[in-house]
Amino acid sequence: MTVKIKVENLTKIFGKNPKSVLPKLKMGMSKERILAETGHTVGINNVSFEVHEGEIFVIMGLSGSGKSTLIRCLNLLNRPTEGKIYIDGENIVEYDNKKLKEFRQTKAAMVFQHFGLFTHRTVLDNVVYGLEVKGIPSEERYSIARKTLASVGLEGWEDKYPNELSGGMQQRVGLARALANDPDILLMDEPFSALDPLIKREMQQELLDIQARLKKTIIFITHDINEAFRLGERVAIMKDGIIEQIGTPEEILAAPKNDYIKNFVRDIDRSKVLQAKNIMFKPSALVSVKDGLKIAIKEMEQAGISSIFVVDNDRRLEGLVTIDHCIKGLKENKKLRDLLIQDFHTTDPEVYIHELIPIATASKYPIAVVDEDKKLLGIIVRVSVLSSLV
Amino acid sequence: MYDFPDFFRLKMGIYVDMFVKWLVRDFGQVFEAISDGILFFLLNVEKFLMWLPWWVILLLIFFAGWKTSNYRAGILYTLMIFLIGTFGFWDLMMMTLAIVLTAVVISLVLGIPIGIIMAYEEKFNLFMRPILDAMQTMPSFVYLIPALMLFDMGKVPAVFATTIYAIPPVIRLTDLGIRRVPKEMVEAAHSFGSSGWQTLTKVQLPQALPTIMTGINQTTMMALSMVVVASMIGAKGLGMEVLIAIQRIDIARGFEAGISVVFLAIIIDRVSQGLAGRFKYPE
Repeated sequence: MTVKIKVENLTKIFGKNPKSVLPKLKMGMSKERILAETGHTVGINNVSFEVHEGEIFVIMGLSGSGKSTLIRCLNLLNRPTEGKIYIDGENIVEYDNKKLKEFRQTKAAMVFQHFGLFTHRTVLDNVVYGLEVKGIPSEERYSIARKTLASVGLEGWEDKYPNELSGGMQQRVGLARALANDPDILLMDEPFSALDPLIKREMQQELLDIQARLKKTIIFITHDINEAFRLGERVAIMKDGIIEQIGTPEEILAAPKNDYIKNFVRDIDRSKVLQAKNIMFKPSALVSVKDGLKIAIKEMEQAGISSIFVVDNDRRLEGLVTIDHCIKGLKENKKLRDLLIQDFHTTDPEVYIHELIPIATASKYPIAVVDEDKKLLGIIVRVSVLSSLV
Repeated sequence: MYDFPDFFRLKMGIYVDMFVKWLVRDFGQVFEAISDGILFFLLNVEKFLMWLPWWVILLLIFFAGWKTSNYRAGILYTLMIFLIGTFGFWDLMMMTLAIVLTAVVISLVLGIPIGIIMAYEEKFNLFMRPILDAMQTMPSFVYLIPALMLFDMGKVPAVFATTIYAIPPVIRLTDLGIRRVPKEMVEAAHSFGSSGWQTLTKVQLPQALPTIMTGINQTTMMALSMVVVASMIGAKGLGMEVLIAIQRIDIARGFEAGISVVFLAIIIDRVSQGLAGRFKYPE
């Protein structure tokens, strides 16, 4: 995985003379004391992280956590007080005006919380803006803008003014305006926070669809942990200008670093974050189709279970046998293969738990997790589905 | 014991007087050049307005009223102007209009850039605010004195005094209009790599335009009201008629001249407000 953005020891202080406050901050003085004594506000404090090419990296935090300050440093709308930001290996903090303009015109585009649309321009002229500033000839830029608008489902709305559109549609315009520039990086500052819940979900899905197509590097800011975990391949949780934890949603759920994060993830609907692969475990016992009935019975006895999965030499799932059938079959001199039953459920490792809940509660056997070759990866028992939710 | 002591007598006015005299003495040529420029512009505007046949002006007024509100307004405004003509004030009205137009053009050329700088530079803003307050509250007659000293009698000092009196609204509202552009919108412009000039011309000014248009409307109205005062230093026009009527206690003449100014004010106000309304975007 290539590193697209690398942020090193980034600090941003607001006030009259930010540099003068740096030593105090480094000595470990608290944000509140610095504000009281010097009148400076610490936006972000010594933050480092990396973003990989083509990933959705979510920065999540409550208001005042510094997340918006941080994303504005990534295109230098905020000048960092200290630290380095490498994008494709170049430290953008050192850019002069000309290079910065070029960087903003070609590499990174931004989507805003309240859309930031130009209300004096039509939808089409909004989308054209970035290309216009770049100096693309009129005919070409309008054709690009029309295509981009169509790709976010706004065909036929070109000549309306932004305020004539609903919130969801306005943010589509904002997204189209950013995408029209064909940037490598999308900076999204709480883009869906101002939308109502249904539209929000729709837009999240749309973003994932677009991302599947275009594979941009996306930095996404949100204060909504559910949104963070739904969209983010990796999530950074911020508090008081510091990143508290970075990891995949599963990692954070499985091992929240401190009480603050624990508190956050308590609210989350785990069934929509955790997938089958996160809660499955290795079966304590397995038998091969070539084994005899006696071995199967012994395995079940040792593991203290009443049914067991049967696989072939390549670990491909053949079926399941129960202890009752085995004992009966032993008396009737049957083979293991004859006793296999198939009325258990299988699932893909990527399936979310909320889809497994009804299956798990209805089925008397464990759920088998298999890959596309029917190879057995693990099993899920009812108790682990339910316990994963608390 | 209750009276203010006599020996605390600061003759500040004398220094202002000395300053203005110094300006006249040492920068006479500069003021002459400015004066010539203003006069040239003013006379050409006047010449053009007088050259236009009266019915063309009536037609123009009708169209302006029709386009900015409706045809009934157009007819009403035409009637008003026609009435002014029947009072025998046609040429005087054109002279007044020429002074107003010249003062407004100068106000815009100076005022809009000043307003923009005020919006950008906090220090300049702090410096300008009290000056603008003073310009707006100073009794308008006071401007006549330096205008008279710098530019002598006639139309040029009238334009000068009118401009000083009328320029604050357009400055203030340009400043306000640009400041009121939502922060996110300006950030959006920057985030796409706009230059400062592009941000100003493509985003801030268009966004501020409705507010600036309101400023232009107010500037125009103030210019019109100052023109009557400015006639005291010899600018011919409708104001002069009012002044003569006061001196002679001629009620008839005073009424005709006064109502003519009112008619002009109504038309200019409505038409320029109607124009301003066109620059609003769907909310």
